[in-house]
Amino acid sequence: MKLNFSVYRYNPDVDTKPYMKDYTLEVKEGSDMMVLDALILLKEQDSTLAFRRSCREGVCGSDGINMNGKNGLACITPVSTFNGKKIEIRPLPGMPVVRDLIVDLTQFYKQYEKIKPYLINDERTPAREHLQSIEDRAHLDGLYECIMCACCSTACPSFWWNPDKFVGPSGLLHAYRFLIDSRDTATEERLAELDDAYSVFRCHGIMNCVDVCPKGLNPTKAIGHIKSMLLKRAV
Amino acid sequence: MVTNAASFGRSGVHDFIFIRASGIILACYTLFLVGFFACNAPMTYEAWSGLYSTIGMKVFTLIALIALLIHAWIGTWQVLTDYIKCTKLRGLLQFIFVITAFTYLAVGTITVWGV
Repeated sequence: MKLNFSVYRYNPDVDTKPYMKDYTLEVKEGSDMMVLDALILLKEQDSTLAFRRSCREGVCGSDGINMNGKNGLACITPVSTFNGKKIEIRPLPGMPVVRDLIVDLTQFYKQYEKIKPYLINDERTPAREHLQSIEDRAHLDGLYECIMCACCSTACPSFWWNPDKFVGPSGLLHAYRFLIDSRDTATEERLAELDDAYSVFRCHGIMNCVDVCPKGLNPTKAIGHIKSMLLKRAV
Repeated sequence: MVTNAASFGRSGVHDFIFIRASGIILACYTLFLVGFFACNAPMTYEAWSGLYSTIGMKVFTLIALIALLIHAWIGTWQVLTDYIKCTKLRGLLQFIFVITAFTYLAVGTITVWGV
């Protein structure tokens, strides 16, 4: 069985512009593999092909790429998803390309840094740990699982147009994770930082982020909660 | 926090509230006019003129024109800041759109209160 791929190639040291390169893999009839395994086999054919990967099991978020127009993790996307059609592999959209499938995520991390992704608690430090009730802890479910693969933010047009101003779905998911955390005491400061026309309100709820999240999370819902908190604070 | 001067509201929440409130007013105005047309078919000059000669309709129209100004201001600002990256061009276009919206408000007010 033949698997056909068309892979985005661009090496700024050699190429004047990006191009798509076709590859074919010969695999056992009826067999399946993850796109990352296919990329590793393609790299055996062409050692100049560059991509990121680490854990190979959907935990580290290193191998976020665009496959046939949809962002996802190469390591947990089976080749069979594409029903034998040619698989077009591109880097995550909207980000500067470092080389081939590797993108520069500096802007993505800057937005993450902006939301202060750590617990702020100005109360007296407890002797052992900050305790939470089971109910309060349950609020964090669906938020803390984000692996920051950037699939969501790079699928969001608002992030494409304003990556320096709009925090993006991933950053906002993390922002809500700390806003709703019963142990965090900086809710007012966090909300004040987000109350501008870009940081949160550039989300128009088109839900591309929900569509592509490889962990099945719902950043749009979290952003909706942040908007509600900002509204309650203002009205 | 990202600061900006060209948007209508003083914060993201203000814009969020203004654009929705003005949208509701415009939707009500449109539905009212559609209903009026449906209930008064075929439309006559007397019926149309009679509608706009009432103080209630004049005020409703004025409110709708103000809502249009606010809605267009915020909407065009959002679209322009997405797609026009050249600051000078964006400023110029924003200026033209806002002046146009104010013109609609001024002309609309004079027209409606002249009936």
